[in-house]
Amino acid sequence: MMKIRQVEIAVGAFMAAGLIALFFLAMQVSNLSAFTTGEGYKVSARFDNIGGLKVRSPVAMAGVRLGRVVEIRYDQSSYEALVTMRIESQYDQIPDDTFAKIYTSGLLGEQYIGLDPGGSEEMLADGGEITMTQSALVLEEIVGQFLFSKAEEKGLE
Amino acid sequence: MLDALARFGRHGMAALERFGRAHLLFLQIVAGITSLLPRPGLLVTQTYSVGVRTLVIVTVSGLFVGMVLALQGYYVLSQFAAEDSLGVMVAASLVRELGPVVTALLFAGRAGSALTAEIGLMKATEQLSGLEMMAVDPVRRILTPRFFAGLISMPVLAALFSAIGALGGYFVGVGLLGVDDGAFWSQMQAKIDWNEDVINGVIKSLVFGLVCTWIALFQGYDSVPTSEGVSRATTRTVVHSALAVLVLDFVLTAMMFGE
Repeated sequence: MMKIRQVEIAVGAFMAAGLIALFFLAMQVSNLSAFTTGEGYKVSARFDNIGGLKVRSPVAMAGVRLGRVVEIRYDQSSYEALVTMRIESQYDQIPDDTFAKIYTSGLLGEQYIGLDPGGSEEMLADGGEITMTQSALVLEEIVGQFLFSKAEEKGLE
Repeated sequence: MLDALARFGRHGMAALERFGRAHLLFLQIVAGITSLLPRPGLLVTQTYSVGVRTLVIVTVSGLFVGMVLALQGYYVLSQFAAEDSLGVMVAASLVRELGPVVTALLFAGRAGSALTAEIGLMKATEQLSGLEMMAVDPVRRILTPRFFAGLISMPVLAALFSAIGALGGYFVGVGLLGVDDGAFWSQMQAKIDWNEDVINGVIKSLVFGLVCTWIALFQGYDSVPTSEGVSRATTRTVVHSALAVLVLDFVLTAMMFGE
């Protein structure tokens, strides 16, 4: 039987190793280091069609992530999707006439909200709404339009 | 014909009775925490034999599981030119599934069987009755510290398994197969969520730790006090734990990740 002190040291090291492993999972493997939830301010926007946008999808300006989508609801009165996003509080210089579009990262990648800054002097604050939006591109619609225009060209000849 | 039916009924009733005894024992064990708190030394000793001694097998398995995941994942992902997502694949499968499940299976084999054999032998050699003669409750003195040691050890072991597995995947993916270093980690961080993935994995490992230790302690405490009975109880511990872990894993996954 080992001495009680050695046992205690071994158990202490064991628990410490477990904590280090969890810390490693938090910082290196998961996104805890990149974004702390709970901070920041909320901004909403209405879209005709959000495509494949999901809760936790990134919100980016100039390709840099400023926040995430926190809630997606369907507004029955206007038949639109109401998307609420949380912007990190350090990014508080977003004009209130900013344009929000839904982009796709890569050909088959996930969808995110891209913000194009406007020229207004007023900045977005907590609870603000982005009024100018552009819906997600739906592949079927694009293909449909393409075929339609092709058929039109044919008809004109 | 009626005899067969009667035998079937007898088995069913015996199983139900065992199930009930197991739950009563569980309540007794948990109630024993009041006498454990003044004596944390017992918990430390048991954490050593349950947790620290399982460390080697868990870390080595974690390393190799992570390495194999990277090799296999690379083969599939490279067909879609998506090697950069290798980090996500390795980390997600480790943190969500393989970390808790494989650790629990190893834990049942290494620590659970040892617990059953120890307590079964204590019963066979009448040490438990001896304790009772001295007015010491064997459940509180013997079972409770072991139970909480298992409950503490499992999440620690599973976290170590996942962390070392991720490193193993990194060595193979980045070192051997030439996946981009930055993409490996950044994609992983972008896709793995702390609450959704890591915390759910920790909850899983806690549940598995509870179930495995509980099964091991009950089988030992309930074993027939002969050498054959102890050997049977040890086998049952491993079989029941493995089945319980896999079934519970399905239920938990469906609750956590299924919508």
